[in-house]
Amino acid sequence: MFVPLAQSLVFGLLVGALYGLAAVGLSLVFGVTKFLNVAHGELLMLGGYASFWAFTLRGVDPFLTLPLTMVFLLVIGVVLYKLLFAHMVKLTEEAKIQNTLLVGFGLSLILQNVALRLWTADTRGITTSYSRMAFTFLGVRFPIVRVASLGIALIALFALDLFLRRTYTGKALRATVENWEAATLMGIDIQRVYLLSFVMGAALAGAAGCLVSVGYSIDPGMGMSWTLKGLIVMVLGGLGSFMGTFVGGIVLGVTESATGYFLTLTYREVVGLVLFILVLVFRPQGLFGTKER
Amino acid sequence: MGRKQVIFIALLIAILVLLPVVVKKDNIINLALLVLLYICLASSWNILGGYTGQTNLGHAAFFGLGALSTRFLWMSGWSLLPSVLAGGLLAVAFALLIGIPAFRLRGVYFAIGTLALAQILYITVGNVFSDISSLRPQDLATYQLVPRYYFFLVLALLITGTTYLLVNSKLGLGMMAVREEEEAAESLGVSALKHKLLALSISAFFAGLSGGAFAYYHVGYYPRFPFSPEWTFDSMMMVYIGGAGTIIGPIIGALFFVVVRELLALKLVELHLIVFGILFILVVLFLPGGFVEAWKKMQAAFARRSKERGVKVSFQTTDD
Repeated sequence: MFVPLAQSLVFGLLVGALYGLAAVGLSLVFGVTKFLNVAHGELLMLGGYASFWAFTLRGVDPFLTLPLTMVFLLVIGVVLYKLLFAHMVKLTEEAKIQNTLLVGFGLSLILQNVALRLWTADTRGITTSYSRMAFTFLGVRFPIVRVASLGIALIALFALDLFLRRTYTGKALRATVENWEAATLMGIDIQRVYLLSFVMGAALAGAAGCLVSVGYSIDPGMGMSWTLKGLIVMVLGGLGSFMGTFVGGIVLGVTESATGYFLTLTYREVVGLVLFILVLVFRPQGLFGTKER
Repeated sequence: MGRKQVIFIALLIAILVLLPVVVKKDNIINLALLVLLYICLASSWNILGGYTGQTNLGHAAFFGLGALSTRFLWMSGWSLLPSVLAGGLLAVAFALLIGIPAFRLRGVYFAIGTLALAQILYITVGNVFSDISSLRPQDLATYQLVPRYYFFLVLALLITGTTYLLVNSKLGLGMMAVREEEEAAESLGVSALKHKLLALSISAFFAGLSGGAFAYYHVGYYPRFPFSPEWTFDSMMMVYIGGAGTIIGPIIGALFFVVVRELLALKLVELHLIVFGILFILVVLFLPGGFVEAWKKMQAAFARRSKERGVKVSFQTTDD
């Protein structure tokens, strides 16, 4: 009884870290720019394929390509921002959310089908020489790849936190979250802040995608389910707190695996969505957020 | 409506009615039927999404519920029309059930909330009804495409006609007021919640009926298929590309969608979705009124140019 339950909860925790990482990127972009980029899951997919091909064609270890994948997604982020999202900076907040949702949706359709065309619908994953290695604690298995992913997700989170708290640019970002009009009056270049947060979100998606391709699997259609997970976690955690978002990811992962354990695996996806709607209706500020004003 | 428009519409309806009489090829009738199906879906989405300004990403849920219940009732011996009607009513019941909590969510949260709801239904229906749903042997033996085509034609006319009446009524004006500026509408005594719920119910009712027609039309499919998010996304794209918040927009969008898809499907299966994705983005960014707006702009530019020329001519004559 204990070991199988603990095992599934541990797996939930480990995958939850990746949900958290995906959601932190989404939430960073949404918090600063009010862009709801629903193509975030597709950016994650691109990151996954980048490290998959680097490993398959060149034999480069996925943990080594992680920074490269992030840079790659950063460049894609710049292109997408300049091409599409820069047009929507000046809209009112509500129109901005609405239009970025629609543009992001169109973008996800394009990226998904381009990926399908280039790389077929096959499910892929990276199998390294150490992929099957795991250590056991109290009878519970901890696959080292997934534990390493949790560690990397935490490092990325702390680096982000440090950047936002300690650097001038980070403070500019946080100021924009608080009140963009006041931030502009203080001489903060809002266009630069928007661009920066957008590409940082893309880079985080790239990192998450890379980790997903090592510990789990990727396919061209994975984007929507990852975007939904990101949205669920973003709402669970509440806006404005990246730690809350990350914890929200772990809550979602553990809830999913507990559902898989106590009910059936087929309802794993449903429970997150139900939780999401309940939180939206009854606690819009998120489980860990505080009410505005 | 001007006299020209009435004649044009009457002519169009006559062509659609006569189509199966003139054309005997099943694949052409099937294509026309698909256009009508998408007109039904897009036009019903447009009532809430285009006229009332609430982006519903869960339209497939209503379509699916209509298909599911119609198929079930029809197969268990009910006659067709009551089954389809029941499908529409079930969709409305579901819409009302979710509408009140969903409309507590503003703007984007409504969109994501409805998407989540539709996904819940999609997965759950797939789990509960995992077997393929096929027509009974006696239905298969007598299966004919033409009555299905007329069924969809009547439905498309019903939805378009209702939209026309609605838009020109007080209710329709209230819906558009809510879309433009909710606070202002409320301050003038237009209840936003009432108008949104009404638009959602009408939209869901028609989507449910379309689902019923789909259950009547389709020979064999997995029960979760009509719940698939593509139905929502395709409808939404058709509405935007054609022209959101217009009557003709979804019709043009649906026709364009099916024709382009058929043309491109010969070459590459996925290509049409890439094309639609690009067009959709371009419309959202640069041409919020879709094809309808583009057409109006072109007409206006044309009228201006001929006017300018007219002025020039008269100027020259007076000069002489």
